[in-house]
Amino acid sequence: MRFAARALRFAILAVFGLFFAVPIVWLVLAPTKSDETLVTVGPFGFGGLGQVAEAWQHLDAFSGQIYRAWIGNSLVYALGATAIVLVTAIPAGYGLALSRFPGRKLLLTLTLVVMIMPAAALVLPIFLELEALRLIGSPLSVILPFAFFPFGVYLAYIYYSTAIPADLLDAARIDGCGEWSTFWRVALPLAKPVVALVFFFSFVSDWNNFFLPYAVLADSSQYPIQVGLSTLLSSTPSFNPASGGGGQQVGIFRPELALATLLAVIPVAIVFLLSQRALVRGLVAGAVKS
Amino acid sequence: MPYLPFLIVFGLLPMIYALYLAVTNDIGGWVGFDNFTRTVRDFRFLPALKNVLLYTSVWLVSLIVLVVALALLLHGRANRVSSTFRFLFYLPGALAGAASVLVWLFMLDPAVSPGSFFLRHLLGSDLFVESIAPGKLPYVFAVIAFWTGAGGWIVVMYGALNTIPHDLEEAARIDGAGPLTIALRVKLPLIRKWIAYMAILAFATGTQLFVEPQLVNQASLGMVPDTWSSNQLAYQLAFRYGDFNGAAAISLDLILIGLVAATIIIRRTGLFRTED
Repeated sequence: MRFAARALRFAILAVFGLFFAVPIVWLVLAPTKSDETLVTVGPFGFGGLGQVAEAWQHLDAFSGQIYRAWIGNSLVYALGATAIVLVTAIPAGYGLALSRFPGRKLLLTLTLVVMIMPAAALVLPIFLELEALRLIGSPLSVILPFAFFPFGVYLAYIYYSTAIPADLLDAARIDGCGEWSTFWRVALPLAKPVVALVFFFSFVSDWNNFFLPYAVLADSSQYPIQVGLSTLLSSTPSFNPASGGGGQQVGIFRPELALATLLAVIPVAIVFLLSQRALVRGLVAGAVKS
Repeated sequence: MPYLPFLIVFGLLPMIYALYLAVTNDIGGWVGFDNFTRTVRDFRFLPALKNVLLYTSVWLVSLIVLVVALALLLHGRANRVSSTFRFLFYLPGALAGAASVLVWLFMLDPAVSPGSFFLRHLLGSDLFVESIAPGKLPYVFAVIAFWTGAGGWIVVMYGALNTIPHDLEEAARIDGAGPLTIALRVKLPLIRKWIAYMAILAFATGTQLFVEPQLVNQASLGMVPDTWSSNQLAYQLAFRYGDFNGAAAISLDLILIGLVAATIIIRRTGLFRTED
């Protein structure tokens, strides 16, 4: 009986494991095959590494190396916005958690409300605002809205209000630290785990955001990779026979599209792998006492 | 505090602006609820809302049932197997947004998919276009969302389960409770708040569906309309017809639905109650 229960548990986990893993395995193998062998060799067959190089050449040649530009844009947008997030969210969380000032409750409530509000809902009014500020078409039209990340403030707030004893900061003040140097010398160095956490969530959500850049950027050379992928999709004949002729000319077929997808997720995958452990620890550290 | 200008310019102002747009016309005159009634009467409004709500409920139910079940299963015996599976489940989270949709467009194409057996026999599709028939899309999108999102939540639930004191489990075991009873009677009630939190966030993001139907629209030669979801309809109204007022009204509809759902969930589960 015990053995049966254990086997059943393992079987259920294995079925879901396959569901989660198989598409990734397929995606990694797909660029090793040509558009024909993709169909004939079977989903888990391995083509050849030469084919990967060829797919990359086609991809890189698409619209004059625009794929590189998309990846570069995504890096600029996500890293630029995340840098601003770190500079704004950590001190804000610190201030909200450890000092008392008029309007603190209001600020906290607003942060929570905007945090639960789905970002896509505000894209249209943000678009009109950016238009009024004459920022449409500039990289700032993506970076600035991304740089507002209330969830980061919330994380920093939870961290400072649960994990750092207020006495510690009082001690620093008694020792003659001003407000600024208390933050800079004591509170910030203690916040390393939450800095990593905020970096992770901000970077990943910026990298994966589709709707905002899709709405505010008009020139395809400014697209981040997520929007770029949709452009590639419309040039792939197997998914879009209408562009068949175009597909022949630009050489974007299923293996090229698969390679583009695979390369597009590498930065996030790296951040994911680095952060899994810190993520679990950090989230739960905040949760225990809240 | 440098955070303040961002909160105002990209948080508060857009919200107020959306409210203002929703109750005025294109020259700024007050029109009351006219934009709301006008957009509801749009022939595309109800089908889009129906699609989004069907998708959201399928996704929400599968997310809650399967994420909690898998987290409890993983937590039943914490060993190397458990951590390997957690990692496997979590990995697709790296492929969110457009990347996950592209992967699943391949998965749904019987010609190249490793799951073509399932496509033929469960979905009854021998061709790619049959896999993305409009009636199947809410379920297809729910599968995609589950594939990318479930792992992260499983990790969070697992972390929450780890905070349960060992004594509690031990006491239940001494009282004669088996692993199943412990999971359902001891562990499950203790992670209720996390389940509620997940449900609220999942509901809000679910109703905002945009990138998935947008890409499927591109890959379907217009068989799937570009106003399949409510958010797409808002986008089309704003950017094709210049009707920002109607678009704002639809955005507010979605926010309102999200708020109502969140309130019900918070009421029913006692999330954010501080005394316990």
